[in-house]
Amino acid sequence: MEIENLSFEEAFKELEETVRRLEEGDLTLDESIALFERGQALARHCGEKLDRAELRVSQLFPSSGQNEGGYETVPFEGE
Amino acid sequence: MRGESLDSEWEQQLPLWSSPQAGPSFSTMQIYRVSQITAYIKELFDSDYALQDLWLEGEVSNYSRAASGHVYFTLKDEEAQIRCVMWRSQVERRAYLPQDGEAILAHGRISVYEAGGRYQFYVDDIQPAGAGLLYLQFEALKERLAAEGLFDTERKRPLPPFPRRLGVVTSPAAAALRDIVNVLRRRYPLVEVVLSPTLVQGDEAPSQIVAAIEALNEHTDVDAIIVARGGGSLEELWAFNDEQVARAIYASQVPVVTGVGHETDFTIADFVADVRAPTPSAAAEVAVPDRQELRGAVESWRERLAQLMWGRIEERRRALQYREQVLRRFSPQAQIDSYRQRIDDLMHSALAGLKHRLALARERLRTLDSRLQTLSPLATLERGYAIARHLDTGKVVRSITQVVAGDRLEVRVSDGQFESTVGHLVD
Repeated sequence: MEIENLSFEEAFKELEETVRRLEEGDLTLDESIALFERGQALARHCGEKLDRAELRVSQLFPSSGQNEGGYETVPFEGE
Repeated sequence: MRGESLDSEWEQQLPLWSSPQAGPSFSTMQIYRVSQITAYIKELFDSDYALQDLWLEGEVSNYSRAASGHVYFTLKDEEAQIRCVMWRSQVERRAYLPQDGEAILAHGRISVYEAGGRYQFYVDDIQPAGAGLLYLQFEALKERLAAEGLFDTERKRPLPPFPRRLGVVTSPAAAALRDIVNVLRRRYPLVEVVLSPTLVQGDEAPSQIVAAIEALNEHTDVDAIIVARGGGSLEELWAFNDEQVARAIYASQVPVVTGVGHETDFTIADFVADVRAPTPSAAAEVAVPDRQELRGAVESWRERLAQLMWGRIEERRRALQYREQVLRRFSPQAQIDSYRQRIDDLMHSALAGLKHRLALARERLRTLDSRLQTLSPLATLERGYAIARHLDTGKVVRSITQVVAGDRLEVRVSDGQFESTVGHLVD
């Protein structure tokens, strides 16, 4: 999967898994290098996710009108 | 309290008078010591279960704390009063202690203080009267829900380590929400917060809290829910001791963290929650991982990756070196070098052999030479022999038959030769 599209959690877990596989060691040099490069990219992606994230707050509102009884989520302004 | 049986026991055990009808009679009168009768009275109190475990409501007066740490006071209502004592060990455990004039609810047992000649209330728990009633309700509900299994630790769910969406059930206007948002922004801004607004105190609060929890479960895909309220009085926090709130938390499909009041406040909601945090901020802290720690973790994974990669390369390099060595051992160059060496060796030994044979030959030559010397006719000639040859043919004369008189001979002696002529033959 494209690293760009991974969530932090996915990238973090794959990074962990990549290190584990490299630790196991029964890999060709080419495989090792490929894993290493992917791991580096994953680590970079994780770092960027952590640095760039902006907290989003929304609020759950009971719907009115047609969706009576349902709920909708709107950005929270009250901070 | 034990009705008639008390009277009959009294008669059986302590026949002060031989017969109630007969009145005092000196002949049968028995005399007791004060301590005996007091011990008997104490025994009566202590054997009555109703007096061993009871709640008393009343107003406090004559409150005093002795140097020993024990607390003494009187509890009274319009018609009666009772002396109360609370031992230091109990006093020290209490967050609340009353003052004179306060209405309280106290728990304990009633027994007799023999040295003082009075019965008194031995208090082991004490609550302000209004709160005291709430407290009793609280204890009863807590006991009931515990028995039902709502607080069982086995059913407590772990919080997701990396929540994507967090529901927050609290008042949109209160400081609790601000605290939670601040903590989440600092620790883990990757999470998305979904506020499910509710009143957090007053009569409406419990049903709104229930609805807020249910709405998050039914209409969003949050990974966990924080139920929070800032600090307040016992009454202000009371909505979180509501049975329906407890059941809504229990029924939540995603784990619930509570952060209600201050550290010392424990609500029913806290007991039923999957995780109880002491405050709203603390609830936010436990609900998400810390960005700083995650950065550290990512960095250490990255270092480990590089370390492993270098290790892998180094490993390959060593394997390559080993193979090179093996290869070198089997290469034709080695064979050639080996043959070259062998040739050197052979040349060396051939030369040595030649030298030896030369020496042998030389030795042999010397022997032959000396033998030749021995065999040389010259040596014989020196001993006085002579060699005679035909002068014309050069043939050596070995027999008389080879000559006739008159033949010319050449005679060789040791130091020269001369010619001679054969005379007559002597046989």
